[in-house]
Amino acid sequence: MGKNKISVYIMGKEHRVPEGLTIMKALEYAGYRLVRGCGCRAGFCGACATIYRKKGDYKLYTALACQTTAESGMYLTQLPFIPANKSEYDIEKIKAGPNTILSIYPEVARCVACNTCTKACPQDIQVMDYIQAVKRGDITRAAELSFNCLQCGLCTARCPSEIKHYHVAQLARRLHGRYLATKSEPLSKRNRELEEGCFENEIDEMIELKPEDLKKRYFEREIKVSE
Amino acid sequence: MKSITYFPGCTHQTNGRNMESSGKAVLETLGYQLEEMPEWICCGTVFGLSEDDLFHQLAPIRNLARVEKAGDEKLVTMCAMCYNTLGRANLLVRKDEVALEALNRFMDDEPDYHGRVDVVHLTQFLKDEVGLDKISSKVKRPLEGLKVMPYYGCLLLRPEEVSIDSMEDPTIICNILEAVGIKSIKGSHISQCCGSYHTVDKKEAVARRSSEIISSARKKGADMIALACPLCEFNLDDRQRLLSKNGMPVLYFTELLAIAFGLEDSCDFDEHYVDPRPLLREKGLLGGSNGQE
Amino acid sequence: MVLNESDTELRLGICGTRGMELADSELLIRITELSGENLRSCYQCGKCSASCPMTDFMDLFPRDVIKQIIEGKEKVLFSETPWVCASCFSCTARCPNDIDIAGVMEAVRQIRLRGKYDRFHPSRIPLDELEGLPQIALIGCFRKMTG
Repeated sequence: MGKNKISVYIMGKEHRVPEGLTIMKALEYAGYRLVRGCGCRAGFCGACATIYRKKGDYKLYTALACQTTAESGMYLTQLPFIPANKSEYDIEKIKAGPNTILSIYPEVARCVACNTCTKACPQDIQVMDYIQAVKRGDITRAAELSFNCLQCGLCTARCPSEIKHYHVAQLARRLHGRYLATKSEPLSKRNRELEEGCFENEIDEMIELKPEDLKKRYFEREIKVSE
Repeated sequence: MKSITYFPGCTHQTNGRNMESSGKAVLETLGYQLEEMPEWICCGTVFGLSEDDLFHQLAPIRNLARVEKAGDEKLVTMCAMCYNTLGRANLLVRKDEVALEALNRFMDDEPDYHGRVDVVHLTQFLKDEVGLDKISSKVKRPLEGLKVMPYYGCLLLRPEEVSIDSMEDPTIICNILEAVGIKSIKGSHISQCCGSYHTVDKKEAVARRSSEIISSARKKGADMIALACPLCEFNLDDRQRLLSKNGMPVLYFTELLAIAFGLEDSCDFDEHYVDPRPLLREKGLLGGSNGQE
Repeated sequence: MVLNESDTELRLGICGTRGMELADSELLIRITELSGENLRSCYQCGKCSASCPMTDFMDLFPRDVIKQIIEGKEKVLFSETPWVCASCFSCTARCPNDIDIAGVMEAVRQIRLRGKYDRFHPSRIPLDELEGLPQIALIGCFRKMTG
């Protein structure tokens, strides 16, 4: 923790906090108890979505509070919840067709390519590009581009076309995983073997082992790559 | 092989596949390779008509900015609606530098656009750059005996600033079809609207429009309609399932060119609601008889 | 020429307000701003109505819409006509006074759409139908009929 103090403006009120804290720690230092919007504190859950401006700069910035250092003059608020109800669908019943996602989330057709969503993303995801991919039926590309999405909702909050990006992306990834991704043959084979009970004896044996023997087995294991 | 910077549009790679696949094959035979422009995005389908509506110009101009950045001067598209939207947006920013400035400033994540790209429709490209004689020279099977009414739809011809030909008496598609042996039939409804996007919320209106257009073709003795727009294709072909009298085959004009070039494999006739194969076989224009399949 | 109140009604009924010095209604001003068109050059020839392919489904013909806007009749904002318009530009192409009537229809739509009114909602379309529609149709619909 730095010895110097900086001013940050939390919901319009000035607070003096030590330099070098994350926005989340700065909020807590200022006396806020975070009951919502916190979080894994590790940049993974997306709960601590923060929106802010800087002095002398008209631009709107976004960040994850737990991953971003508070700067002097930051003028911020948190968005612990963005309303975005998910459409209902049964992944087993729908197909991975070019119009599938558009028929479940038709508002995607409203996208005007303003790129506000991409600018809002704290994970540097090309959000507009995956929405465009969905628009033209390229489910795989949408799944690939949206991989790092934490569902923080900042894109959804800012979208003038009222699209719920992260739900759309989740559907794309689910469709891709279920119907389009190449199945791993070794994995499928091993699953079949397990179901057929090929390893019952070994599993029973390991259950009976003492912890020290289990540890010994683990460290002495051989990993062979199959052809 | 010469390269063409190409704008596919969202529909030609999914629901309107046939035009792109046949068009691509035809262009390759003529010596041109379609290269998709870098990172294309949906153009928005319809041009924003309000004076203050810059929001809906973002998508078309973003596309053109990307083409300009890549150093290309011409963008060719097959979709009539994309042609109209991109073309009109382009003309707007070339005339109105305040609008262009605002758009460039808003798209601060994109290189600036300076109006240097021309938007061209496939029909214009075929007539002006490729030339009708070259098209004729690649014909393996002239499509004689096929009575086709070319249907232009609205957005290739109107408004005048983007028209590919005369608004009232266009001949460009007729000329292209003539190059492959087809004598076109001119109906009264060759450029009357099919109902466009109302196929979503008012399909009875579209059914009525389609019915009139198809009747006008039948009246003049046409046994097929050829067109250049994926929405018209859906409205005139697929929507025939709503009509009591149906059975008029509706094809993209590029599919006819492909058949004439012996490239019918590039067409997926199953995609059409009204199967054109019986008619084509009857006229001896599809596989078998010439030993070509 | 002496102008009195009873003359005004009669003249408005003939051919718009050409040559008259009456203040433009708020409606006309707003439509002019949005469309960029000079509606007062309309002389009600009816070519737009004659060219329009969608008149079977309209309550007011295009010519009447123009007339009502010039006359400041705000009821025209609630007509079905702008929502039936397919933006085919047949009217625009044929108007002898170069008025972009399709643009005027868009202006009427925009006034309502900017007032938090949506003409179209996808929930009204059954899912299996949505799946079969080309994206181009859905996008066009949203663009023209939602705000």
